[in-house]
Amino acid sequence: MESIKDKVAIVGMGCTRFGERWDMGVGDLLVEAAYEAFEDAGIGPKDVQAAWLGTVFSGVSALAASGLGLQYIPITRVENMCATGSEALRAASYAVAAGVYDIALAIGVEKLKDSGYTGVPGPAILGDNPDGSTGVGSGYSAPASFAYLGTRYFDHYNIDRDEGKKMLAQIAVKNHQHGSLNPKAHFHNIITVEQAVKAPIVAWPLGLFDCCGVSDGAAAAIVVRADMAKNFKSNPIYIKGLAISAGARQGAMTQGYDYVHIEENVRAAQQVYAEAGIKNPRKEISCAEVHDCFSTHELVVYEDLGFSPRGRAKEDIEAGTFTLQGELPVNTDGGLKCFGHPLGASGLRMVYEMYLQLQGKAGQRQVKNPRLALTHNLGGGPGGGIGCCVVIGNEKG
Amino acid sequence: MTGITSLGAYIPTYRLNKEEIGRMWKAKGGAGEKAIAGYDEDAVTMAVTAAVDCAKKGKTANGLYFATTSAPYKEKQSAAIIAAAIDLDKTCRTAEFANSLRAGTSAMMAAMDTVASGSAEEVMVVASDCRIGAPKGRFEQLLGDGAAAFMIGSKDLIATIEGTYSITSDFTDVWRMQEDTFPQAAEARFVVEAGYVPTMKEAVSGLLTKYSLTPADFSKIVFPATDAREHADMAKALGFDKSHVQDPLFSQIGNTGAAAAMIMLVAAIEEANPGDRILFANYGDGCDAFIFRVVKGVLGFTMKDRMAEKVSIDYGTYLAWRGLVPTEPPAFPPRADPSFAARWRERSSVTTLKGFKCRKCGTPQIHTIAQGVRICIACQTKDEFDIYNFADKPAKLFTYAVDILQPTKNPPGVNGVIDFDGGGRLVCELTDCNIDKVKVGMPLEMTFRKMSQSKGTVNYFWKAKPILGANSPYRPSKRS
Repeated sequence: MESIKDKVAIVGMGCTRFGERWDMGVGDLLVEAAYEAFEDAGIGPKDVQAAWLGTVFSGVSALAASGLGLQYIPITRVENMCATGSEALRAASYAVAAGVYDIALAIGVEKLKDSGYTGVPGPAILGDNPDGSTGVGSGYSAPASFAYLGTRYFDHYNIDRDEGKKMLAQIAVKNHQHGSLNPKAHFHNIITVEQAVKAPIVAWPLGLFDCCGVSDGAAAAIVVRADMAKNFKSNPIYIKGLAISAGARQGAMTQGYDYVHIEENVRAAQQVYAEAGIKNPRKEISCAEVHDCFSTHELVVYEDLGFSPRGRAKEDIEAGTFTLQGELPVNTDGGLKCFGHPLGASGLRMVYEMYLQLQGKAGQRQVKNPRLALTHNLGGGPGGGIGCCVVIGNEKG
Repeated sequence: MTGITSLGAYIPTYRLNKEEIGRMWKAKGGAGEKAIAGYDEDAVTMAVTAAVDCAKKGKTANGLYFATTSAPYKEKQSAAIIAAAIDLDKTCRTAEFANSLRAGTSAMMAAMDTVASGSAEEVMVVASDCRIGAPKGRFEQLLGDGAAAFMIGSKDLIATIEGTYSITSDFTDVWRMQEDTFPQAAEARFVVEAGYVPTMKEAVSGLLTKYSLTPADFSKIVFPATDAREHADMAKALGFDKSHVQDPLFSQIGNTGAAAAMIMLVAAIEEANPGDRILFANYGDGCDAFIFRVVKGVLGFTMKDRMAEKVSIDYGTYLAWRGLVPTEPPAFPPRADPSFAARWRERSSVTTLKGFKCRKCGTPQIHTIAQGVRICIACQTKDEFDIYNFADKPAKLFTYAVDILQPTKNPPGVNGVIDFDGGGRLVCELTDCNIDKVKVGMPLEMTFRKMSQSKGTVNYFWKAKPILGANSPYRPSKRS
């Protein structure tokens, strides 16, 4: 089994402003992201040899990309729940690494705000119903499924309710601080710990500010063979590892699972570190974008990815480890918290921020001398999900 | 000799105070309160819980007769749903006794005959009713919800049936047309004077004459009435002293319709001493009268225990739960209807909460959305399972979420990851719980409930509820 490391490079990326884009359709969002990527790569749409489109809700098959007006090239829609955007990047990268194409487009889009309600609809899991084709699920919300983590984490590590709420609040405060520096974010407001703690409860212990926003958006990447990357630009970004781990609901069906970590996250991280040759993630990774759909999840992700020892994320949160000025900045662009979560776009939006960081183009959010950056998604939730990690770097080797 | 070999009952947790109803309509409320089926309960789910209570004592039946006037379906048998939920063998006989408040005793007499004829060893009779009185009306004050279950057999009897006497009367006192939501009634004095009193008297005196007995031969008389005053007057008319009349529970649970006399009989037998003789008469389109002789005492829950855990709800909650007022639809998108084919395919998991136990590694497992399990989730062994019942296993709450967003008639939704004693885990909804008292590790049991309505059918499945002890703190909080 060979590694993807340094076989593929990203030479152009684009990302729309995320938010309630009432005046923008799926096609508009795709065009905005793709043409920024084309321009960044110095290519035109005619140069794209194949494309992978990630979307969960915003259209089926290749026709979902028709707004881009690509001319009879192979286009495939991919879906991997909340890791859908990252999945598009994986598919395009593998096709280029296989030598079948030299230049491929990975693009993800989600138009959530046409639905007329706030929240991400439950994707159909088996059959055409989020509760399963038997319809026996209770129809609980996404926040509820991540509330399980918080309740159990507090109990497991003996953290009292106030202390626990404060710990979670600091994650949201950090992400809002980062988002305030990002014109493409949906939310730019700075919040305080007190505001976050006192916000209305959505699913205890998750309050309003513990939940990510809901928005429209699209992001795109142009991937090429690594050996031709410098033909496009002087500072290409290399794929170091692409990993997915799919659960089979082991955690929801057997008593072994503790609900204070996500096994799929751990497995995806192990795979991606092996592929990228990372031994000590906390030291070697310069910055990361992780799946902060809910603050309880960002909390356990710190531990799942090996940024913090088990049960010790609280200390790192309190030490400011994951802030822009910290040892390992996480969600430098504001995260899902400030961008919202258009499922098909999120994975690529994260890669976009890490791509900017690695090229030194992140402006006020720029971290110092980054070398390796990680992005992470979780589809589904605790008990059964899709863990996904991507590592990219600005140097070969 | 046929008789009762086991019994059970179910009184839902919720109460609507009659003063609360009076407050709503600026009228004098009646005395006490009435039992209200929860937002996720109906005649079928209450029947299942009563049947489980009855079957808990190690009994299984060869038949199930269900008596109700409020079956969720006009066409489709509720008895079959109940039999499936309590896991009776598919060779068991099922039948519905409907359309009359006397349906419970009609079912009981049919069960006696089935057993006496040798067609079945034991037949379970379940009576359950969930009638809705028209807002502002007399029945709104009177009607409550509940269920009772009896196992009728011929061996190891708790009480023998020493005699019966029946009369049928085509008398129009209470009725519901096909399209009616609420029962209607003829003029109250006419009902009592021309129907209830003469019919009851005729049946009871017929029974006494037939078996050469007098009221003095009975330690208790059990019979229904529309309300407390009619009940007291009837006892007097039949020649029974107050002290020998079984409490109709009107001020605690209301008039529970086809279940009313049956619930009273459960209480009477549970309170009786061996040797006691009970006169039981049930009224509705005639009267069925029985002589029961109690053979031995009943251990376990009493009716008082069953009524101990209660929570008052307000009138608005009651209206919303019964669908009597349109309410704002949830902010969630509507979900696709469940598939009839999928529910049939997975009926063992959906209706009976059966899962699988791996023969190789011994892991009990059930799919959270009730899909079949072909590959062991723990050891990947293929197709080597024993069927494993989760419905009767106690569980503990591993973690939970109180969900403001969940579409439910009783917000907020409470959901939990529950670990069954003996292995296996399910992520499911919790019901009948006080959200302020929900905590990690709390003991739970499974209960058969309505999940949602779809394509005009009821979607039944199992939820977890706190195990109620006599002083259990896990009662639902009063919701305002």
